[in-house]
Amino acid sequence: MTWSQWLLDLPLALVLIWLAWRLLTSADLFKAVVLFIAFGLLMAMAWVRLQAVDIALAEAAIGAGITGALFLSAFNRMNGVQRKDDKDQDDVKGRNV
Amino acid sequence: MRTFSGKLIIIVLLVALVGLLSWAILSLPFHGASLRAQVFGNLGNSGVSNPVTAVLLNFRGYDTLLEIVVLFLAALGAWSLGIVRLPDTMHPARPFLLALLRILLPAMVLAAGYLLWAGAHAPGGAFQAGAVLGSAGILLLLTEVQLASIITNWPLRIALTAGVVVFTGVALGTMILGGHLLEYPRGWAGTLILLIESVAAFSTGITLVVLFIGGRPSKSDPSVALKTPEERKEQL
Repeated sequence: MTWSQWLLDLPLALVLIWLAWRLLTSADLFKAVVLFIAFGLLMAMAWVRLQAVDIALAEAAIGAGITGALFLSAFNRMNGVQRKDDKDQDDVKGRNV
Repeated sequence: MRTFSGKLIIIVLLVALVGLLSWAILSLPFHGASLRAQVFGNLGNSGVSNPVTAVLLNFRGYDTLLEIVVLFLAALGAWSLGIVRLPDTMHPARPFLLALLRILLPAMVLAAGYLLWAGAHAPGGAFQAGAVLGSAGILLLLTEVQLASIITNWPLRIALTAGVVVFTGVALGTMILGGHLLEYPRGWAGTLILLIESVAAFSTGITLVVLFIGGRPSKSDPSVALKTPEERKEQL
């Protein structure tokens, strides 16, 4: 492995660990979701570096993209439920997307 | 468990777990029992030239079948959580996103088709294509454009189950034709893999959209449909 590869791989690995630590310890859920998406994209780069392009594609599309969207939608729904609980609890089923 | 002894127990357990995992990894033989030679040796008979797709759809097709069933079960779980009323309005809530999607959506569908086709000889395949289709569907859903009348009824249910039905159908069909489960007839492997992957990609995309909806999609109240987004917000 040449020094130029180390120059790419070492920061990538360190940033991945740092992001994982930040997103797990973040008290702000929204921040954690954004960090998770960033983690997924960098993880996809790591898979490319490991010469697993198939997994990189799946990681970028599912890990970062769709899981991120699912987390954001769940986050919005949690906020919606909390706000509705303050007013009344009648229309939980009729929630909009 | 907030006491010092509680923390100490957790630390000891974690160290033990890390030690166990490290030992498991280090005790693996350096050059493990590789199936690489077998995979590349039989690649010519698999119907595709990409070894990953050959393993996923041919050599270990059973695993992929079960994965698709798991995804389907996840969608069923979300489906049973309750009814989600989709906005069915002539006034899209996010006009800029809609304008962007007019350009982006054809490109996304094209990219999904390319990934599907490329899976036969290069990295790509059904799951990746399905994920791109799924994100296209989620973006379309976010514009709140008139979708509910299209995707709330039988077409959605058929699209959701098509992947499992076709894959299982092929698996059973190969048994009826005298082979084992998912033992493709000679010369038909490429065609059957393309068929399964196409339907599975479509179903995966729809499944991801249903997971994002998080419930059984249904048409919204017609009195809401005629109103603009601002009016709807006031009503809520």
